[in-house]
Amino acid sequence: MDRHIDVELQRVKQRVVLMGGYVEQALEEAIGALINRQPQRFDKVEEIEHKINQAHIEVDEECLKILATQTPLAKDLRMIVSIIKINTDLERMGDQAINISHNGRHYLSEPALKPLIDLPRMAEEVRFMVREALDSLVMQDVDKAREVLRRDDIVDSFKNQIFRELVTYMIGDPRTIERALNLILIARNLERLGDHATNIAEDVIFVCTGEDIRHGGKDANRDEPKK
Amino acid sequence: MTTTAPVASPILETRKLNAWFGDMHAVKDIELSVAPNTVMALIGPSGCGKSTFIRCINRLHEEIPGARVQGEIILGGENIYARGMDPVVVRRKIGMVFQKPNPFPALSIFDNVAAGLRLAGVRKRSVLEETVENSLRQAALWGEVKDKLKAQGTSLSGGQQQRLCIARALAVSPPILLMDEPTSALDPISTARIEELVVELKKDVTVVMVTHNMQQAARISDRTAFFLLGDMVECDETSKIFTNPQDKRTEQYITGRFG
Repeated sequence: MDRHIDVELQRVKQRVVLMGGYVEQALEEAIGALINRQPQRFDKVEEIEHKINQAHIEVDEECLKILATQTPLAKDLRMIVSIIKINTDLERMGDQAINISHNGRHYLSEPALKPLIDLPRMAEEVRFMVREALDSLVMQDVDKAREVLRRDDIVDSFKNQIFRELVTYMIGDPRTIERALNLILIARNLERLGDHATNIAEDVIFVCTGEDIRHGGKDANRDEPKK
Repeated sequence: MTTTAPVASPILETRKLNAWFGDMHAVKDIELSVAPNTVMALIGPSGCGKSTFIRCINRLHEEIPGARVQGEIILGGENIYARGMDPVVVRRKIGMVFQKPNPFPALSIFDNVAAGLRLAGVRKRSVLEETVENSLRQAALWGEVKDKLKAQGTSLSGGQQQRLCIARALAVSPPILLMDEPTSALDPISTARIEELVVELKKDVTVVMVTHNMQQAARISDRTAFFLLGDMVECDETSKIFTNPQDKRTEQYITGRFG
């Protein structure tokens, strides 16, 4: 027999996964708009972000209700606490999709600076991370979650590569500064999206194993001097 | 059994403790150490042996016909089951509070608290008065009863009666206080007061408490031991037991999958 808390946790988890689906859509629209130079698609991102915000509130409400009425413990407790954090991560991911839209609109209002090569590849990596992080949550799959962590390094190196390249444009011709800065900001937004996917993966590992691996694990920071 | 390292210099330690009711083996090979000035919570489904276990600690179990105990319980370096050890002397060192408040009927509040001292031979009025006041203060009851010390103990509310029983137990300054579901018969406000009190009492005594209320164990204990069918399945820091227990059976019990 399912416990009452199982039914409620399942329901809130489904809502989070639906919210994750919105984040994926928002990211796809934002990047698609930029790469294909279709600024009208940015409107869609705003529409989706509205749904994400709505879900953000509802998920928090449900989590509070579960905490108040079910007083979860052990894995149930880890799950509910992680869902609350994942909910915040997803909401911020929605915000990053909006930031990409804003920066993208500015970028598209002028002629293209260069053919976009690394940025679409970076976006593809980030999309993979988001999808994999959500899958790892649904399937409670630690291996998938670890794969997300591994991909974060790839995303970071893409960002560094893009930064370096765009800086050379700016040094070479100050008239490119505004457009290059917009692309740098977008790369930064994508990197942040990847970071949030990483947070989700870390939470999934915590739910499944009880192990907190953030910042290299609990013991890694124990003897650090306070700054 | 899953445990972390035993606590350093425990005040109370059980070694291979076994208890029976006739043929029924109720407590099996329990090895548990309790650090001084801490609260140890014992949890587990009904019939798992936790109450029997604490009744062994103050040698009450053997009072039941057909019941017997084997193993050692070391209190302050001494085995309380050693030959020649007087159970009455043991019980003076180990106070006990039961599920239902049980003040002595027909005795006043004052006399309830003073009973243990009088049994121990204390006669001097000033000593009795001072100890009664201190014990009632320790039990957070003084403010409510100081003007009616002559009233019967049973005239108090349930929560007050339970605190009176705690004061009575504390009056003989036991290093250990055992509590067997001390709040299960109380309303939430009285429960909260007893819980605050237990945390406060840690300064002076070491508490071993049986509870069916997981949140209570989580709120007030330092370590928690999970009992099942007479075995101790797991004993660890309370925060660990309730967030990330190591044994599957502990996880299942505290998340309400059985019990």
